[in-house]
Amino acid sequence: MSVQVIPDKCTGCETCVSACPFGAIEMRDGKAFITEACTVCGACVEACESKAIEKTEEEGTAAAKDLSAYQGVWVFAEQHKGGISSVSFELLGEGRKLADKRKAKLSAVFIGHGIKDKAKELIAHGADIVYVADDPALKDFNDDSYSAVLTTLAALHKPEIILAGATAIGRSFFPKVAAKLYTGLTADCTVLDIDPETGNLHQTRPAFGGNILATIVTPHHRPQMATVRHKVMKKAERNASRKGDIVEVKFTTAGDVRTRVLKTVEEVSETVNISEADIIVAGGRGMGTAKNFHLLEELAKTLGGAVGATRGAVDEGWIPYSHQVGQTGKTVCPKLYIAAGISGAIQHLAGMQSSDVIIAINKDPNAPIFSVATYGIVGDALEVLPLMIRKFKEIRG
Amino acid sequence: MNIIVCIKQVPDTSEVKINRETNTLIREGVPSIINPFDLYAIEEALRLREQHGGRVTAVTMGPPQAAEALKDAVAMGVDDAVLISDRAFAGADTWATSYALAKGIKKVGNFDLVIAGKQAIDGDTAQVGPETAEMLGIPFIAYIRKIEQVKDNAMVAERMMDEGYDVVETRLPALITVVKEINQPRLPSLKGKMKAKGLKVTTLSCKDITGDENQCGLKGSPTKVVKIFPPAPRGQREILSGTIEEQIGFVAKKLKEQALI
Repeated sequence: MSVQVIPDKCTGCETCVSACPFGAIEMRDGKAFITEACTVCGACVEACESKAIEKTEEEGTAAAKDLSAYQGVWVFAEQHKGGISSVSFELLGEGRKLADKRKAKLSAVFIGHGIKDKAKELIAHGADIVYVADDPALKDFNDDSYSAVLTTLAALHKPEIILAGATAIGRSFFPKVAAKLYTGLTADCTVLDIDPETGNLHQTRPAFGGNILATIVTPHHRPQMATVRHKVMKKAERNASRKGDIVEVKFTTAGDVRTRVLKTVEEVSETVNISEADIIVAGGRGMGTAKNFHLLEELAKTLGGAVGATRGAVDEGWIPYSHQVGQTGKTVCPKLYIAAGISGAIQHLAGMQSSDVIIAINKDPNAPIFSVATYGIVGDALEVLPLMIRKFKEIRG
Repeated sequence: MNIIVCIKQVPDTSEVKINRETNTLIREGVPSIINPFDLYAIEEALRLREQHGGRVTAVTMGPPQAAEALKDAVAMGVDDAVLISDRAFAGADTWATSYALAKGIKKVGNFDLVIAGKQAIDGDTAQVGPETAEMLGIPFIAYIRKIEQVKDNAMVAERMMDEGYDVVETRLPALITVVKEINQPRLPSLKGKMKAKGLKVTTLSCKDITGDENQCGLKGSPTKVVKIFPPAPRGQREILSGTIEEQIGFVAKKLKEQALI
């Protein structure tokens, strides 16, 4: 595939230059010129009013595989100390939908130690088959051993699709599997859809801090791999009477493991990890001092949520980095995000603007945070928060 | 200890503004910078060199102008700079980028450790690090926030996880990606700037790294972008009015209706 400018038709209007999300079009001698940064997304083709840009579909992939040999949808069912992570149920919910559209089976890959008994929970949540690799050597997350298990299984059974949560674990070892299998991997998807005919998975993900969405396909390689954001897909319903097969997988590749976990330390100071939280109360430099962060903690506690912060507040040392929301911190999408004393720098918005409901509290009515806020309260966070805590406590009794 | 640092040149997103009417990025006059996460990688490499000796080489894959990012790295104190650049690499996705990087790193050779930033701020995929490690056939550890020890071809480091951190040991050579907690990157020195000014960046073409063109660039990329579009506008946005108490009362009522409190 390539994108070309037809010089005779180009009027030099520069519409394509601003339409290109990758900055890959320059003006040379009054005509548009496509540079090496082009990803052949076609945004310029649509934007050009003179029809002076063409996208050609020549097939260049030498390593085309026999795609029909690949069948079924797989999800990587993540667990933490034997407890199945909530994102696993979200993946099963989404995986079930995709499998049904393709009239295919849904399988879960379950890796850990002492987890065998939990496999039936995955069946109750929609899996037809669960591949369980249960071994003392798999107790802790290890890139080498986890990717060895999944790569071996995928090479043997040839699934059409494999999904994982876009968690620390999923984002760490999935790329190793994709590299080994020579296939496409799309990070942080928020929407998935499948073409029932071709089986092509349409993977939509935010780019440039969520300001643009891109839909990506893996047309000539299988399995199609994607990591999926937390809290975006709907959890599968539990049905204890569902039937399925549990297949035990022997872990035999211990010799290839070159890394090992010496110690695991839990460290998040409040009850919940912010990427899992349904409600986040976050503060920025507008909170003034470290001491004032206790207001956020109290509100979070009242609502059963977690505390987040901007880079500014973290840099001031008011709260540890693990609480940072935004481009250099975590991306979150809770049901409710309360932003107190946060002006709304683009890097912060990138990490939270897909939250369902956003309440912004800021003194400055022109603060950019209000452009993404469902409800904006113009006022001093230090004045508003105590009143808010009192009101919410009243409601919750 | 010889270290290779992988860097990427990206648009400075703190300078990127959004046209709220058209939902497109305003790119005019946006400078190119070293991906901020990669600055931590460079700093960590320089600190390890100070402790253990050896050389630090910065490597990037990109168009010819990415040499500027390499010069910035040299200004910080990096010894050598290698630009992997060829028309054949254009349009590479993470797989094809990792392929070229891995081939280029092999060509540079003689390394004990490869360090990269956690992810790049333009793509946010965090995939090129682990994919490159796999293609190099060396171990990989993500999200390193502290290197505790380097000894006898092994390294012990703290890896940030969603719930806390792990202390992990790996054999060397390995590839690690680092998070911002690991250090405070230094500013370029005057001496470094002078060195960068006169520096001739080594450029490696597809042929130089014995790359298979079918696995490079757009041609070698398993993924294709089929559509780019602005996000759907958010539901209604409302700046409330009235006294603070009234505004809180309104918000409380709305949240209650949506069963959020």
